[in-house]
Formats: sequence, structure tokens, C-alpha cells
Amino acid sequence: MSIVTYLYAGAFYLAALILVVGVARKVGVYARTPAPYKIPTTPAPITMPGVAWRMFRETVFFESLFKASKWTWLFGWIFHFAMLIVLIRHLRYFLDPVWLWVAIISPFGVYAGWAMLLGLSGLWGRRFLVDRVRYISAPSDHLMLALLLAIVSTGLMMKYVWHTDIVAVKAFFLGLLRFDPAPLPSDPLLLTHLALVVILMAVFPVSKLLHAPGVFFSPTRNQVDNPREFRHQGIRSS
Amino acid sequence: MKAEFTIPVVTNIPTTPSVVDGAMAHSRPFVAKSDHQSALGFPEELVEDWHDRALAKMKELLGKYRSLQVFMDSCVKCGACTDKCHYFLGTSDPKNMPVARQDLMRKVYRRYFTFAGKYFPWLVGAVDLTREVLEEWYSYYHQCSECRRCSVYCPYGIDTAEITMAGREILASVGIGQKYSNEIIGKVFKIGNNLGLPQPAMADTLLDLEEEIKEDIDVDVRLPLDNADAEVLLVTPSADFFAEPHVDGLIGYAKVFHQAGIPWTLSSHASEAANFGLFIGNDESMQKVAARIREAALELGVRRIVVGECGHAWRVAYSYWNTLIGPFDFLDPNYPAPQHICEATYDLIQAGALKFDKEQNDDKVVTFHDSCNVARGSRMGNMPGGQFIIPRALIRASCNHFVDMREDSIREGTYCCGGGGGLLTDDLTELRVKGALPRVQALHEVIEQYQVTHMAAICAICKSQFTKVLPFYSLGMDMIISVHQLVGDALVMGSEQ
Repeated sequence: MSIVTYLYAGAFYLAALILVVGVARKVGVYARTPAPYKIPTTPAPITMPGVAWRMFRETVFFESLFKASKWTWLFGWIFHFAMLIVLIRHLRYFLDPVWLWVAIISPFGVYAGWAMLLGLSGLWGRRFLVDRVRYISAPSDHLMLALLLAIVSTGLMMKYVWHTDIVAVKAFFLGLLRFDPAPLPSDPLLLTHLALVVILMAVFPVSKLLHAPGVFFSPTRNQVDNPREFRHQGIRSS
Repeated sequence: MKAEFTIPVVTNIPTTPSVVDGAMAHSRPFVAKSDHQSALGFPEELVEDWHDRALAKMKELLGKYRSLQVFMDSCVKCGACTDKCHYFLGTSDPKNMPVARQDLMRKVYRRYFTFAGKYFPWLVGAVDLTREVLEEWYSYYHQCSECRRCSVYCPYGIDTAEITMAGREILASVGIGQKYSNEIIGKVFKIGNNLGLPQPAMADTLLDLEEEIKEDIDVDVRLPLDNADAEVLLVTPSADFFAEPHVDGLIGYAKVFHQAGIPWTLSSHASEAANFGLFIGNDESMQKVAARIREAALELGVRRIVVGECGHAWRVAYSYWNTLIGPFDFLDPNYPAPQHICEATYDLIQAGALKFDKEQNDDKVVTFHDSCNVARGSRMGNMPGGQFIIPRALIRASCNHFVDMREDSIREGTYCCGGGGGLLTDDLTELRVKGALPRVQALHEVIEQYQVTHMAAICAICKSQFTKVLPFYSLGMDMIISVHQLVGDALVMGSEQ
């Protein structure tokens, strides 16, 4: 087996470790830090099921963003939803046999790839075209979009321009899961695509991608509006 | 009204300004003097090891408040909040965009508390904590009224108010407190209210008001002080005792209690509903100020606590009191504890205990300004959004002519008056005038369209702020009135029912 296979196998193990341990540590910090006062942004639900529904609307429909800016919502929601479909499509590299629902959704993943491209381009465009968003953008904000766009582009190019041996790719990842890596094809496009994914996984816990776990711990969204009915004493988050 | 700065132009179509970097960099309130600081347990002046102590304080707050910790990490710089702050809309200064205001602290947080900021500061915009950074904090954390409008629109619920509070707490803890807020909190500690009004002066004022009402409507309406036989303790902002138009609201509460036959009292020990401890992000001060109210309620043996018209006071009362000074198991469980005066009046109307002659207010076309802390930090009644329904129901019960302002400027999207959050001081006049622009714009629209004559509010700060800033926009200072003035003026007094 080639040195490339070992290199990538090692990189994926390391990146997965950083991702899991890093996010778990952050989630641990969020969970342990007390929320001493009731600070839901009102009007807020007055029951737990109401809060669950609010969180659902927030994380699935991006309700607050919709209220704020229709363009940002449109690009942002397209990007995130398309990414979900694309991730589901990629499950086929880790499953043997492939689950039925994954097989059903997979064909849409191709269109979703283009949708990601559209969403990301729109979001990046705002960073140049809207003076307020330009002002608040740090180099890392541009780089994150560049990284995601590069991952999407290399993925799409493998679909439409230079195909790779996806059977071998699947064998490689199934092997990773069994701690018994199989040879990884070494065409440059695939290696680029995978290297960028490794970077994305590794930076997740030390970057703004923490918004994904963070939103669930946001006291302004996840607290029940009942301070008069129940004496809130800090440690619990509801 | 003459001003040393350019008063924003009220246009027919509200627009989002282009950014003008540094437009408000000169704005900073007076710094607290040594005795203002020491009364609250803060160092009297900038301490020598401010750098280390500021970072230690930040670390402490990150471990104390989940909000701060999560908000520091979660922002993706999407820009949703950038056009939502009234201070940005009024000043064009990009550091008044909520995300940029947060970033003043976030860039320091990243530098000292995150991997990326420690090793790649240039990449994520992390900076060292310097005197310049501290000065910038002082300036821009006092250009936020903690109104939470940005938190409505943030996809992660990031509430800039929480960050502003932490910023002010850190500043005060290294010796750079704000004079206005800290001086006022000191007065509450010492005398019992923001105005420093001692018991004899209060008693005199209330007697004068009773005489005034007697002359006006020939009814003996009482404003009792420290009455141990009372069922209700009314805690109201001290501005209600003599500031205009606040005092007409106080007369309104008195008429409601009188007409409903509810024995009530004010307290000279708890003569202040306002709690500036919230503004400076110092929960020890907040608790100490609030504790007076529990003490007074127990001392007087009342069965209910009702809070007068005051925005942030209601937020503190509704959201914080039970945690800070609860439980209220000594009060009548048939009433919410605490209860807002609007809730109390509303319930009496529902029960048919009050009658109104709406024609008394026929000289007015009224609109309603939702106060930020009531709208986004509290509730009234038993349903979400009751804080929007109940005050409007009171106005409709007492006026024939009521219209609402533009939808995105009311209810949860309401614009701050521009003077909240500890900024209601003359050393911030420019900021206050400019920050009022979005509200004035929406008000201007209903004046043009419906010939609105009055804007009612349920907040002492809103009332003082508009009285001061409306003339800068060529609007009458007397346009702003208390909801309970409308209620009081239309209430049919007497015992014929």
C-alpha cells in the first residue's frame, strides 16, 4: 500500500479525533457553565414543548435569520440544507449495504452540490458587496467560505470532469472504520478534496463552526418564559 | 432646538446608512469618581495591574454566564444584526453594529482564550488588550442601551446586552466605571431611590399630589406612604413622584386603586423600582437594590407587590426578582408576584370594576411606544406577547383614537427610545438624539398619516428621553405621556356603581 494511503488514513483518524474531542470539550464547557438568570428573548414559549418547537424552527427554518435579512436567509438556508443532502449522499461511502433511505436521497445530492455552490457564492458575495458585512469580515471568514467552496468544487469536478474510482474510495473508508485501511486512489482531485475535508474537520472545534453546537445552548432561545411561576436557580438551563 | 452636532434628517423612507468609520468615537460618558466607585465596591481609579485584572474578570464572567461563553464562540459574522441597532441607524458608526460591538470583546477573548487567537491572531482578528482597547470599550459599551433588538434577529440568539453588561462590569472592576449609573446606584444604597429623595420630601410630594387631585376632580384620592394596612405595595420609578409626564401616570395608578377600593401603599424604604445594577452588569448591586423591596414588603405585611410603569424595572422584577430575592411565598398566591400595574388595571377592567369615559381623551390621537425591556425581556398576562396586548387594551379602553406605528418598529421589533441602559445622561446628549432617530421616523409617519398627537409609553426612561429629544426633531416635548395618564383621565370616579 502506498504512502499516500497511510498518510490520509492517519490524517482522517487525527482529524476525527480533533473534531470529536474538541467539540465534546466545548459542549462540556457550555453545559457546565451556569445560566444564573432567566434571559429568554421574549415573547418566548411558556412551556418546554413550546421551547422545543422554537428550537426546531430556529435550527431547521432559521426563523430569526428570516426575520432579519431575506437574502442572507435564502443563501444561508440553501447552503445548509443542500449540505445536509450532500452529507447524506456521502454516507454511501461508509455503509455496506447502503440504507434504503440513503439510496433514495442520494441522487438529489448532485443537485444539492450545485445548490451549495450557489448558496456559498451568495454568502461570499455579501462579504464584498454589502459595506456593513465587509466591515465585519475577518480573513478567517473569507477563508472558511473559500475552504467550503473548494470542497464543493472539487467534489463536483469529480462527478462531471475527472472521475475517480469510487469503489476504491468506498473500500478505503470502510477499511478506516475497521481500522484496516484499503488502498486509496491517488488522483490529485480526490486527494485535494479529501485533504480539504480533513482541514475542515480539524478547524471545526476552534472556529466559528461552533455555532452548530452553540445554538442549542443559547439561553435567549432555549429558556422557558416562566420566571414568576418557577423560581429559577441558576444551574438548570430551562 | 440648537445642537453642537448634526441632527439626523427624518426622511420619508427609512434607509440604512453607509458606514462612516469612527463617526461616534468621541462619545464617552463621564467616568465615575472615586466615591461613586467605592460605594459599589469597585476600585476608586484605574488600577495598576488593570491588564491582568481585566482578563481575570473576563475569565470569571465566562465561567459564570453561559450566555457570554456561548455568544463569544457562536457568531459567524453573517451580518443579520448589522442594520438592527438604533444607534447604528442614527450614527452610521460601524462599531455600533451589534456584531462589531461584540467583536470589541470577542477579539480580546479570542486572543487570550482560544487556540486560533493565541496562535493565529491576524487570521481571526484577535488583538492584545491595550489601553486603547479599553478606551474603545468604554466608548462603545456606553453606546448600547441593552435593548436586545439585535437578539431578536440573530440566528443564534446572541444578545449584545449580555456582552455590554460584561464589558461594563470588567471596566468598573478595573476602576473605570460610569458616573451616571454608579452614582445613582449609590443613592439607592444610601437613601432608597435614584433621585436621592428622602422620606420627608416624598411624603410632602404625595400630599401635594393628593391636593392637586382634589382640586382637579373633587375626589379624595389618597397616595399613602408606609401604610401598614395596605394590601398592595406599589413600587414605581422615583421619577413618577415629580417628573413630567411621569407624575400623571402615578396619579393614574392612584385613581385606579381608589376606584377599585384596593388598599395600597408606597414605601419610603423601597421608593425605587429602577435597578441600574442590571445596566452595569453587576448582579451584586442588582440584588442589593432589589432586596429593599422584599424587606419593605415583609415589613409592611402586604399581600401583593405591583410595579409601576418602568421598562427595565419590569424586566428585573419579572425575570430576576424571583431568583434574586424570592421566593414570594409570603404573598397572595392568587396574584402573580410581582404584578405589573398594567396587568392589575387590565384585570380590574376585565372584572368590570372600572368604568371609562373615553371622550375625555378625544383631543388626542394616540400611538404606543413598546419599551424595549418590557417587549423583549419580560411578559404580562398569561400568554406570550401579553406585554404587547395589555397596554394597548388599556389605551383602547380609555381612548377613542389609537393607531399603531409601522410593524417593524413595534412589539418585538420595537426601537429603543435611545436613552435606555444607563445612557439617560446629559453627557450623552448627541448619542441620545441620534439614537432616537428610528423611533422618531416611525412616529413621524403616523403623524403624517393619522395626525397622531401623543405617544404613550410605560417606561420612566422612555418618558424622560422623549421629553428631552423630541424637540431636537421639532416635535413637542409633551407628545409623550404615560399610559396611566390616559387611564386616569378617562376613568369615571365616584361610587355610583
